[in-house]
Amino acid sequence: MSKLIYDKTGRILFTKEMKREYKILIPNMLPIHFELIKNILEEEGYDCDLLSSNGTNVVKMGLQNVHNDTCYPCLLVVGQFIDALESGKYDVNKTALFITQTGGGCRASNYIHLLRKALIKAGYPQVPVISVNLAGLEKNPGFKLRIPLIKKMASALMYGDMLMLLSNQVRPYEKNKGDTKKMTSYWVKKMADQYKNSTGFGKKIMAKNFNSIVKDYANIPIEKTKKIKVGIVGEIYVKYSPLANNNLAEFLYNEDVEIVVPGIMDFIIFKVDNRIVDIDLYGGSKLKRLICDKFKKYLENVQKIFIESIEKFDVFLAPQPFEKIKSAVKPYIGYGAKMGEGWLLTAEMIELINSGVENIICTQPFGCLPNHIVGKGMIRKITNKNPQANIVSVDYDPGATKVNQENRIKLMLATARERFENN
Amino acid sequence: MERPNFRVGLDVGSTTIKCVVLKGEDIVYKSYERHKAMVREKSTELLQYINKHILKNQPVHIAVTGSSGLGLSQENNIPFVQEVYATQIASRKYYPDVDVIIELGGEDAKILFLSGITEVRMNGSCAGGTGAFIDQMAVLLGLELDEFDKLSLNYNKLYTIASRCGVFAKSDIQPLVNQGAQKNDLAASIFQAVVNQTIGGLAQGREIKGKVAFLGGPLTFFNGLRKRFVCSLNLNEENAIFPENSQYFVALGACEYAKSTTSPISLDAIIKTLSVERKKQINTNIPPLFNNEEEYNEFLKRQNSVLVNYKEISDYEGKAYLGIDAGSTTTKIVLITSNDEILYSKYISNGGNAVSIVLDALKEIYKGIEDNENKTVIAGSVVTGYGEELIKNAFLLDDGIVETVAHFTSARYFMPNVDFIIDIGGQDIKCFKLKIGAIDSIMLNEACSSGCGSFLETFATALGYSAPEFAKKGLFAKTPIDLGSRCTVFMNSSVKQAQKDGATIEDISAGLSVSIVKNAVYKVIRANDPKDLGKNIVVQGGTFLNDAVLRAFEKELGVNVLRTPISGLMGAYGCALYAKNNSTDRSSIISSDALNNFKHTVTATTCKHCPNHCRLTINKFASGKTFISGNKCEKYTGNQSNKDGYNMVEYKYNLLANLPSKKNKARKIGIPMVLNMYDNLPFWTTFFENLDFKVVLSPRSSRELYTNGQHTIPSDTVCYPAKLVHGHIEALLETDVDAIFYPCMTYNFDEHSGDNHYNCPVVAYYPEVIKSNVTAIKNKKFIMDYIGIDRHKDFEKFAFKILSKYFDINKKQVKLATKKAYAAYELYKKNLSEYANKAIDYANKNNKQIIVLAGRPYHIDPEINHGIDRLISSYGAVVLTADALSFQSTEKVKTKILNQWTYHARLYSAAKEVSKHDNMNLIQLVSFGCGVDAITTDEVRDILEGNNKLYTQLKIDEISNLGAVKIRIRSLFAAIEERKNVKNISNL
Repeated sequence: MSKLIYDKTGRILFTKEMKREYKILIPNMLPIHFELIKNILEEEGYDCDLLSSNGTNVVKMGLQNVHNDTCYPCLLVVGQFIDALESGKYDVNKTALFITQTGGGCRASNYIHLLRKALIKAGYPQVPVISVNLAGLEKNPGFKLRIPLIKKMASALMYGDMLMLLSNQVRPYEKNKGDTKKMTSYWVKKMADQYKNSTGFGKKIMAKNFNSIVKDYANIPIEKTKKIKVGIVGEIYVKYSPLANNNLAEFLYNEDVEIVVPGIMDFIIFKVDNRIVDIDLYGGSKLKRLICDKFKKYLENVQKIFIESIEKFDVFLAPQPFEKIKSAVKPYIGYGAKMGEGWLLTAEMIELINSGVENIICTQPFGCLPNHIVGKGMIRKITNKNPQANIVSVDYDPGATKVNQENRIKLMLATARERFENN
Repeated sequence: MERPNFRVGLDVGSTTIKCVVLKGEDIVYKSYERHKAMVREKSTELLQYINKHILKNQPVHIAVTGSSGLGLSQENNIPFVQEVYATQIASRKYYPDVDVIIELGGEDAKILFLSGITEVRMNGSCAGGTGAFIDQMAVLLGLELDEFDKLSLNYNKLYTIASRCGVFAKSDIQPLVNQGAQKNDLAASIFQAVVNQTIGGLAQGREIKGKVAFLGGPLTFFNGLRKRFVCSLNLNEENAIFPENSQYFVALGACEYAKSTTSPISLDAIIKTLSVERKKQINTNIPPLFNNEEEYNEFLKRQNSVLVNYKEISDYEGKAYLGIDAGSTTTKIVLITSNDEILYSKYISNGGNAVSIVLDALKEIYKGIEDNENKTVIAGSVVTGYGEELIKNAFLLDDGIVETVAHFTSARYFMPNVDFIIDIGGQDIKCFKLKIGAIDSIMLNEACSSGCGSFLETFATALGYSAPEFAKKGLFAKTPIDLGSRCTVFMNSSVKQAQKDGATIEDISAGLSVSIVKNAVYKVIRANDPKDLGKNIVVQGGTFLNDAVLRAFEKELGVNVLRTPISGLMGAYGCALYAKNNSTDRSSIISSDALNNFKHTVTATTCKHCPNHCRLTINKFASGKTFISGNKCEKYTGNQSNKDGYNMVEYKYNLLANLPSKKNKARKIGIPMVLNMYDNLPFWTTFFENLDFKVVLSPRSSRELYTNGQHTIPSDTVCYPAKLVHGHIEALLETDVDAIFYPCMTYNFDEHSGDNHYNCPVVAYYPEVIKSNVTAIKNKKFIMDYIGIDRHKDFEKFAFKILSKYFDINKKQVKLATKKAYAAYELYKKNLSEYANKAIDYANKNNKQIIVLAGRPYHIDPEINHGIDRLISSYGAVVLTADALSFQSTEKVKTKILNQWTYHARLYSAAKEVSKHDNMNLIQLVSFGCGVDAITTDEVRDILEGNNKLYTQLKIDEISNLGAVKIRIRSLFAAIEERKNVKNISNL
């Protein structure tokens, strides 16, 4: 049995021993991406479980264990963890939790601390929490985010983006219901196998895999009809997680529209870019800037391969490269706005509009601080400059009801349909 | 020619069903009725009637719309059209030249902008400013709706009533009611609040101009509301359109939609599917409150085991003690003997006029005493509650005590070892924990979720039941629905959803009882474990008279609790006991004779002594006593003041406001007095003055300034301090400054007291919101560049680079100005520290309490804090701000959370400092909507309570009512006193 070892501040460390003995629980923000990450971690020797629980008990546990005015994602993540610990499925003395931490000025940086507080409150002070971050916060002997692992994880996010992007573009049109889902599962499994054989994350093999993926999805038989496209942007957790957004993607699928959800890679590059911008705006170490710039270039290069493999086929709509998105947002907001999703959220709306997706749902937790600025705060300017834009902003929290949210979305869709028919 | 087809439009809203049948273009049938949550049944009846009498079984085009119509459409395969879209269709057909449509419904409020960019604004998670809100308010005032409307047309003055949500408005109106404000003024003010909500909240900045059409029930039925809209929007007759059949407008849109999408169908098929009762699929994991009668009887037996003795006045000779609880919606009166038996009791809804209720009760009591040959003497009289001051002055009672003390006194009487009391009244939840015989911590419901008890009542009324009747229905409900635990206003929508899913009245009733309890437990008490509350719990308040609520409470906590037989009278009983314990043998209460000549007149006026311009209500009584209410401070109402006291909030505000030199310079730069400027200003003022600028500050915040900027606020859930920025910018735009300086600042000063030194996202980037939403900003130089002040050398470099873009500026000068700016900021900090030291010395020497008002720097703005500092000062305490204490502290506070914001780090440091002083206590100010404070409040509480200190939090918003604030502050002072006494006793 692993010994509990604490650091100077009293934090429980995740030790090397624990790596062998413990099960790590991972919250599921993005179903496809996180499944892939789980495979990588397992390949690295961690025993992981991806939490897919939902339902009222998750919310209840969240309400009971974190301040009720805390943002909804925090409430859900904490609720999901505690729900899992209480479920009896896990040995609470041999379980650790994984959580990402950005270290930015948004209160999201505090999720991990609120999680620890909640664990103590709920009676699980012995459960170690592992912070996954690029900012060098909180180190653990049993889990080190070294560059090879970072690269592997980045590759998982890329594959996730690719599978999500293509399945969103194919599923509404598929001739045989379920084909796309099958294809996605097939590739998730295939990637898991590759990862098991320690392959799949080099640039070359990625290019090869991307090509095969695009080809496979292009071969799914489809009905050639035109459908309304709806973009989804917003606070990262609510935007992606079906648990948080009341299964928005499924709802829209049933409304017979095609959804366009910007991938997560831009967010990662954005976070690296922030460090460079900070130094440019406020001064700082030249060396640090150089290192960040190098990492950013690496990510952008991989993104380039990603985009090219889609464009080559000329079947699917490829995303724009990071720098292009960044320059498109310049007339709207400063690059210094980095907290939360920062200027990237605004930029994603612009990118969607520029690529012809004029109907947009901007999702956020109720009272989300950065979104007052970069979401709701920018919508007026965006619609002034792009009168064709049809944007609805939807808040999510434990009290908001689905019927209200769907009503607002339906209204946006009504306008979308009208324009669609007129064209 | 084709025979004109019938078309049916069905608009199923949250409270009503509207139906229109068209033949060709003629309306051949229309109906409007409340569905009382029985959507399916009512719709079936309606369609059966139409089919039989109007259509005579001919096939029709049909479409359904409305917020409760979706479920109906899905289950029965009727085409659905989104209601706003339906409105748009109808308006195109009937009023093609309309620019804007304003539609208010039962719980929905919408604005449609048709000209220019088509856009719709709907109330999202907030049902404020809708028909349900007006209904609630009418109930509150005890008026029928048409009477309410009639009164509103004839008003003398308008009060400011928070319009964001019904609950806020209630807390604004209640004190006005209790203070005797006139009903016609209140009615008009309530309509005005609805207008403000629509224009300010919904339009979110987009101007409402051109031809405006008004739709929906409330705008059809209330002339007063129409008048307020037309007035506020400055519309002339031809631009204000009140369509004929406006309440059927949406249904007409559905008719039009029906034409375009369906081929005629027979209603028979629809009626057939409709009339089949559906298996419910409701999201619930709540077990029934009681499984059977047996369980219920057992429960009753247990609850009825505590007894209170009664005695007739005619059988009693001796001293009697009177206690009055003048609550928000009800008035409770108790008269007890010296053996604590009840001689007289009354629990009555006050219908907005507590004075006349008490008058009648006193007359009854005196009659009883006289009938018994005056053998009974009233030897003490004490009042508590919202109406405390008014009643005390009206009837010359001996004393007034704060509610918490009243409830504690009576709870302790029934359960000497009580360690937790929870009282759910008409619109407040009050809970307090008790430790060593003193009030340890107080939890009141935050402004957003009050109204729990009255919510049940209002909801019951809306469904056609009395509250007890309604609550009873839930006792044996099989599957209580889960309505969540957030804010009662949102429960409306949850209930709507449940109705949609086909929940029964029983299940809804039980669900509401459970959600009231959940709200109290998880939102107010924030309990995680019943053990948090203690073992000995007393529940009180009228809401717990409902067995369903009480049972839900026990079930939620998993412990048995005590409800005394006088649960609703506990406050009054506590007052009577208090009167007995502190009696001086004879009460000063108004005599029987004087009672017969009792007169009460109310006038309204505006106080002109300070820029607050409080709207005063002056109550005059025949006794010659005058009572003034509506005042934010006690300075000019004849009450005690604390002129020589130290009030650092005021000191700091004046210090900052007078910083800029009056000297004229060639260049002028405007700085808005907002957010972080309340802290960074000394730095910027010195910086710019050394660059040869005259610094011009935006004026003092006020309601008017806020209103002027309101139309450009893009997010209605952002905090009030941020909303105020818009007004300050508008004010600066009207001056002749050459530029407005309001930089984006991710980082603040690094005070090395935390892990990082961020500003919160709103403070950091609000200039971006201004740039993107205030159109007129284009006409001025607006310097909103990103800048850091945490690194001196870099600041110098970047400041020069930035300013050179706008002005001819000299590098050397910037260097010097930078040096001076940093020095000025240090000097400012020193100044604050010195003031704090003097204040602490003064307090120590004069045996005064020190209250540290901890929040953000901008909480010193009187428009934001609503004069809380002066209120505290008026109780004789010294007021300090948190920053001064934090500047003096040298240690880095260990926190359980990431301490990464400069201003928040100060809170933790201050809490730590406060813990070191016996006579210091901290009150944390929290702006409503401040997400970061969800983190800081728990942490500050932990620091204080870990050091055996009381924690008090005040949530503030645009509402300027200090009623709840007073309770907390008085309770805090009472708790401090009690703690002192306990300490003295244990020291003996």
